[in-house]
Amino acid sequence: MAELQIQKLVKRYGDFHAVRDVSLTVADGEFLVLLGPSGCGKTTTLRMVAGFIEPTAGQVRLGGTDITSLPPWKRNAGMVFQSYALFPHLTVAQNVAFGLEMRKAARPEIDKRVEETLALVRLEGYGGRLPRQLSGGQQQRVALARALAIHPDVLLLDEPLSNLDAKLRQEVRVEIRELQQRMGLTTVMVTHDQEEALTMADRLVVMSEGSVRQVGSQRDLYERPADRFVAGFVGRSTFLDGTVEAPGRFRTDGGLSLTCAGGQVSNGGGKASLSLRPERLEVAAAPMAGLDNCLPGTVEFVSYLGAMIDIHVRLSPADRLVVQIANREGGFTPDVGQTVHVGWRASAGQVFNK
Amino acid sequence: MTTRRLALNAAATVTLLYLLTPLIFVTWLAFFRQEIPSFPPEGYSLHWFAAIFDEPKFVSGFTLSFQVGALATAIGLLLGVPAALCVTRFQFKMRAPLASLLLLPLIVPGVVLGTAMYVFHVNLENTLDVDVLGTFYALVAGHVVIVMPWVVRLVTTSLAGVDRTTEEAAQNLGATAWVTFWRITLPAIRPGIVAGALFGFVTSFGNLELSLFLVAPGHTTLPIVILQYLEWKIDPTIAAVSVVQILLIAIAMLITDRYVKLARIV
Ligand SMILES: Nc1ncnc2c1ncn2[C@@H]1O[C@H](COP(=O)(O)OP(=O)(O)O)[C@@H](O)[C@H]1O
Ligand SMILES: [Mg+2]
Repeated sequence: MAELQIQKLVKRYGDFHAVRDVSLTVADGEFLVLLGPSGCGKTTTLRMVAGFIEPTAGQVRLGGTDITSLPPWKRNAGMVFQSYALFPHLTVAQNVAFGLEMRKAARPEIDKRVEETLALVRLEGYGGRLPRQLSGGQQQRVALARALAIHPDVLLLDEPLSNLDAKLRQEVRVEIRELQQRMGLTTVMVTHDQEEALTMADRLVVMSEGSVRQVGSQRDLYERPADRFVAGFVGRSTFLDGTVEAPGRFRTDGGLSLTCAGGQVSNGGGKASLSLRPERLEVAAAPMAGLDNCLPGTVEFVSYLGAMIDIHVRLSPADRLVVQIANREGGFTPDVGQTVHVGWRASAGQVFNK
Repeated sequence: MTTRRLALNAAATVTLLYLLTPLIFVTWLAFFRQEIPSFPPEGYSLHWFAAIFDEPKFVSGFTLSFQVGALATAIGLLLGVPAALCVTRFQFKMRAPLASLLLLPLIVPGVVLGTAMYVFHVNLENTLDVDVLGTFYALVAGHVVIVMPWVVRLVTTSLAGVDRTTEEAAQNLGATAWVTFWRITLPAIRPGIVAGALFGFVTSFGNLELSLFLVAPGHTTLPIVILQYLEWKIDPTIAAVSVVQILLIAIAMLITDRYVKLARIV
């Protein structure tokens, strides 16, 4: 295992920037997740680390050595592909042994390591099967075993769970994470699924349009999103658009005057968004005391999600919010058309430039 | 639904019969006892098969055709497989024209190809002052041209079905580009190579037009021997020779089909 450093990495296709100036450090034994919508450059970044794509500029360093210009076969990086990319004509054991054969390991050593690795991913006894004789989940574990068998300096996972069904995905998340922690693997995973990212990561990197928007822990991203994009992408946010009138004062497009946390952006009256977490908002039939903001509104839509209930409330012709409440027994559940009061503390919201 | 199915089966049967009728008649004819092929047969006999071996030209023609076919196929593979890789895997300016050029011999009439090659050989002989025309190697070189399109075509089709990420996975695990080709790509395109070799060989073995321009007098391939024989007499020996050819090709196809399912590739 080793530390991975990505420095000012750029990939351009003609005029199009697939990856712009990405710099990251993955500590020894850390599980870093690149999270972002489809097409934001996650795979491109990962493939530059693996050596399949030549960067337009920048450096990749693994364990302190510059590997930017090394071909893939000289980097000790184990990759799990989204499609698994198992060798169809080789058995499970031969797939797992492949990397060890390339390293010219002795046969007894190879056999031992293959057996160990298959046991690690709970595939004892499957060594003689061909990939097509396995289920999707089993194939995924072979792909993982194949990458682990070479004792890579860094493990690279490109949407490794996207081809599994929902239930299996939840189990495998935990399995991979436990394995990674047990073995102390330096790992970079790419995903567009925020729940997956939040469950597995030590630290997350949110990307959009080829750039890193924010790096931090789950708590950092959730409590202190760096911009409107992160606020909307990690967790849920509901937005009110308007302008910052004065420090601590936000005026919505619908003319509501709200108290917001002081010291936040004051962009000279330019367009801004007040971002609120739906679960940090409170709703009641009567006005509530002790909150910085409390406004009347009309319930326009209610969606019943089981444990949670979403309530869409119109505060003014131009302003609408989503409030999420826990579905407690005997709790307050308004009906469509009812007038309610929505309140929150100034600290629950964040203002971003638009 | 069932009427549609019936119609489809009927159409398939008619097509199959249309294709098979000549083969059936030739085979039938090979067993007639009388010398003049006329219906109905006067009786049946195997002596036309024995007659093949009384005619040394048939034996030598068969040997030459087999040698030329085998060597041309081997060379066709050596050139065709890399050519197919080049055309499918690399982006370069002349890619599309080159891809078409490699398949061109399938479309150009054999007589045109033969004339062109004859003229080329004459010029080569005059320029280099060595024997070219009518030599075994010149004949093989000519046949390589008609074998290669089959190899290129079938290998290209195979390559299109190869999952490129398996090649990346191999490189990720430490395989150089060369090792990746041998261990991952080649096994994946083996069916295309086998089928390409088979079709190439059959094409070469049965070729008449091209060979006519390239063989030396007195030392010719089986199709030419058959043609020359027919100029003198028509008896069921020819039918017997044909049956032997048909059998050989059928056996080759059946053996090949055991290893790669031809219907899936062609
Ligand atoms: N070879 C290429 N040529 C041009 N554009 C590409 C190429 N590969 C990727 N892109 C573009 O780069 C962007 C990032 O791609 P990718 O890294 O695969 O995104 P994702 O975050 O979904 O993994 C996408 O908009 C994609 O269309
Ligand atoms: Mg991707």
